[in-house]
Amino acid sequence: MSAVDSTIPTSDPYRLGWQAPNLSRGHGGGGPATKRVIVGYGFWLFLLSDIVIFSCLFATYAVLADATAGGPRARDIFELNRVALETACLLTSSFFCGLATIAVARRNQVLTQVTLTITGLLGLAFLLLEASEFSALAAHGNGPTRSAFLTGFFTLVGCHGLHVTAGLLWLGTMMAQFYAKGFRPDIGRRFLCFSMFWHFLDIIWVAIFSLVYLVGTRL
Amino acid sequence: MTTDADRQGLEHEEGDKDGASDESSARLANYIIGLGLAILLTAASFWIAKTDLIYGPGIPVALATLAVAQMGIHLVFFLHLTTAPDNTNNILALAFGLLIVGLIVFGSVWIMAHLNHNLMPMQQIMQMQR
Repeated sequence: MSAVDSTIPTSDPYRLGWQAPNLSRGHGGGGPATKRVIVGYGFWLFLLSDIVIFSCLFATYAVLADATAGGPRARDIFELNRVALETACLLTSSFFCGLATIAVARRNQVLTQVTLTITGLLGLAFLLLEASEFSALAAHGNGPTRSAFLTGFFTLVGCHGLHVTAGLLWLGTMMAQFYAKGFRPDIGRRFLCFSMFWHFLDIIWVAIFSLVYLVGTRL
Repeated sequence: MTTDADRQGLEHEEGDKDGASDESSARLANYIIGLGLAILLTAASFWIAKTDLIYGPGIPVALATLAVAQMGIHLVFFLHLTTAPDNTNNILALAFGLLIVGLIVFGSVWIMAHLNHNLMPMQQIMQMQR
């Protein structure tokens, strides 16, 4: 540190145009951003592009929602009790994923494995509920081939279900990595990405249960 | 200002163990507040969908508003999106993503509704083909 360090405000703070020096990392004053910030940013960009994909599916569903071709309408087939249960599972799962983040920050192996197991079991319960809904619909002849409305519905909700399935596989590998390799910084960054992914799935589900299920029962 | 935000979500530094218990209890409180607000908004959504107390055509709008509010809660309390300088890039990317999502969803619905309006009803087309 020399006497003329530019990060120390030596000039008159009341002079016109004076700005407080920005000492946060990634903005010049504090050096480059940490690897964790950069990894999080990159994965955030991926999540946003995934949100754009989902928005295409939402738009398709919204356009086709009335094209029932004489088949059942939304309010004839949606069961809100099951949807409420699914929502509870996914929201609690997201919460336990947050608790796992705290456990990882504290380098606590037992707490990490327990919270991640609960996260996974709740995600699995969500998937089973959704599978039972889909199979009940298909059993009554209301599969994705019945009408354009049902095609859009199965594509949108099924795509979210596939994301949850992929998330569960990822969760399993994260638990194994924490167990076998410990709390290394690189594994911590992978877990940061996983937790962002899991919370993102919950955000998509909020849009699905509000705009597809709840609005559908009122139209 | 920066250090508080740094200790919370995406910007959490590796190897920063100073006051670990204080920090994790603050983060726990953060998650509990987020969960509580999310439960409140979800319950409100399900209640509104079933109630007859509200003007019927306004219900989809109310549900959409509650959904946007809950997504905001998730972004702030679970994904730890903040206004800290380190989060500027994340916020800008989110704003761009929202622009694209808005264009796709509202654009599709708008255009397809007008197309539907301008097209001949399907039954008339069927009769012409006979």
